Amino acid sequence: MDFSALNPVSLMVSLIIAATPILLAAVGELVVEKSGVLNLGVEGMMIIGAIAGFAISVETGNPWIGMLAAMFAGAILALIFGFMTQFLMSNQVATGLALTLFGLGMAALLGQSYTGMKPPSTPHLNIPVLSDLPVVGSILFSHDPMIYMSIALVTGVWYFLNRTRGGLVLRAVGENHDAAHSLGYNVVLIRMGAIAFGGACAGLGGAYLSLVRVPQWTEGMTAGAGWIALAIVVFASWKPWRLILGAYLFGGVTILQLNLQALGIGISAAYLSMTPYLITIIVMVIISADRRRASMNAPASLGRIFHASH
Amino acid sequence: MLRLEPRQQASSTMRWLTPILAVAITMVMGGFLFAAMGKDPFEAIKIIFLDPFFHETFGPYSRSQLMVKAGPLILIATGLSIGFRAGVWNIGAEGQFVMGAIAGGAVGLALYPAEGIWVLPLMTIAGALGGMAWAMIPAFLKIKFNTNEILVSLMLVYVAYNFLAAMVTGPLKSPDGFGFPESRSFTSVDSTHLPMIYEPLGMHAGVMVALALVIAAYVMMERHLLGFQIRLTGESPRAAKFAGVNPAIIVAVTLGISGALAGMAGLFEVTGPAGKLTTNFPVGYGFTAIIVAFLGRLNPIGIVLAGLLMALTYIGGELAQLSLGIPAAAISVFQGMMLFFLLAVDVFVNYRLVWKKEVK
Repeated sequence: MDFSALNPVSLMVSLIIAATPILLAAVGELVVEKSGVLNLGVEGMMIIGAIAGFAISVETGNPWIGMLAAMFAGAILALIFGFMTQFLMSNQVATGLALTLFGLGMAALLGQSYTGMKPPSTPHLNIPVLSDLPVVGSILFSHDPMIYMSIALVTGVWYFLNRTRGGLVLRAVGENHDAAHSLGYNVVLIRMGAIAFGGACAGLGGAYLSLVRVPQWTEGMTAGAGWIALAIVVFASWKPWRLILGAYLFGGVTILQLNLQALGIGISAAYLSMTPYLITIIVMVIISADRRRASMNAPASLGRIFHASH
Repeated sequence: MLRLEPRQQASSTMRWLTPILAVAITMVMGGFLFAAMGKDPFEAIKIIFLDPFFHETFGPYSRSQLMVKAGPLILIATGLSIGFRAGVWNIGAEGQFVMGAIAGGAVGLALYPAEGIWVLPLMTIAGALGGMAWAMIPAFLKIKFNTNEILVSLMLVYVAYNFLAAMVTGPLKSPDGFGFPESRSFTSVDSTHLPMIYEPLGMHAGVMVALALVIAAYVMMERHLLGFQIRLTGESPRAAKFAGVNPAIIVAVTLGISGALAGMAGLFEVTGPAGKLTTNFPVGYGFTAIIVAFLGRLNPIGIVLAGLLMALTYIGGELAQLSLGIPAAAISVFQGMMLFFLLAVDVFVNYRLVWKKEVK
């Protein structure tokens, strides 16, 4: 066994790249859940984003337009979910599942002619002195802009939820929709906004997967990434900063097992491929075991149906 | 303006009307989808829903596939519906299906080449236990640590896929398979080959077991105390608690039953239609069964009808693929739409549309 082939700097870089799609999807879902809505369709919105971003990038030759398209596609799908759960009062768990099943099928259908293509490459940041620094330069200063965007997004969401009036209203809707309604806030409208934001984030995460992380389109390429994003929201106890920890932990496990597979350490690749999913289960167990802490931050109205009768 | 008003009581007419309405809307919207793909929508719908029964050349084969495809869907959905009615969301049936096939298949391979009619029943029990054991993981974590069973059961699907890959390239690989990642064939040995009972409709022994279990599930849910407690837990967890129902037992029982049925379905699939374990063995029945469970109103009889309908879309979808070049993915969109529209029109079960003047 030769572990010297593992370069810590390049491991770090691939860890960040592996974590980013999940971080993007998770931060969107966090806002949705804070508004009191549980959207289990993250996987479906992600894969629709993956194909929309890929197809539009290939057609226009511009990855940024592709990413915008992915956000748009994710938001549209999310709004279907929003319409059904907020206006037609459908069960959120079932509707989220339907969204995932529908999204997976739709993406496979749209992606038929894009299999095996190469997307236009996404440019990397190149800051004169900083990017050339040894170690720090590669880890911190020479990524594609989306990585910085994802961190900025987490910061922005934290600021919005905890430091602005709008964030307070959104959290109030998530904690007690009847009280928020009687104070005169438009519960349904606020939730629709949060749902659309969540969809756009999931779509962007999907596009990052197909345009940067892989970069290619293959059927079912999200392989549970959307579900892992949902798990990471639970892991983070609905706190934006801890999403980064969760996503990077997951990214680390993924990259480590991929590298161990490449090294051929005598464990079947199939067993190594299980580890990200098993680790996700284990961290969820650790977090949920402490009932008091787990429920402290969970929005009280999460998943409950709201119908204004007056 | 038009607005929704809650009904005093859920409409039972609507409960049976909405699935039919959802299928009708899906046909119309599916027609638009096929038209957008440049295919004749009327032709496509006719091929999917009528040709499997009436086509002169394809009909006989299609009809013989109907129960083969519907069997596992009905079996899995029956198990899932019991959990869904208790508010226990097992969405990892796909993983339990795979683990059942592996556990039961491993027993069969260990006994190879034993003869005797006891081999297949033994494999079936092992399959059910395998699926049940896999479902007991989310159940245990839910009871002991309050971990979300939706996410755990779903994660375990991917673990099961990888476990299958490890098995067919390792311990369960056929010694005479020239190194291909697959197990020995179960259908080439009589003792492990699921017998066909009625060929023209594809009724193999597994389908018969499935239908028997549907009846058993119906009796349990409607006539047995356990069924009442399951329904009570789903409809009013607080009332259930006051009535002395132990929620931990409900979680364990519902997940255990649904896992066992999914595992059994996996075993029937591998000893019958699929014939051997390969990495391509799982085709998503565990996920489609979720649609079947909802479309069948979480009711055993409804599930049989919904399972047949969903099997029809699979078979008709294959015909449409052959004759019109409609890709298989379009059929999964079609199936996904069905669940979507069902959930959408379900609003009329609990609400009615009324015309009301705006109150200023």
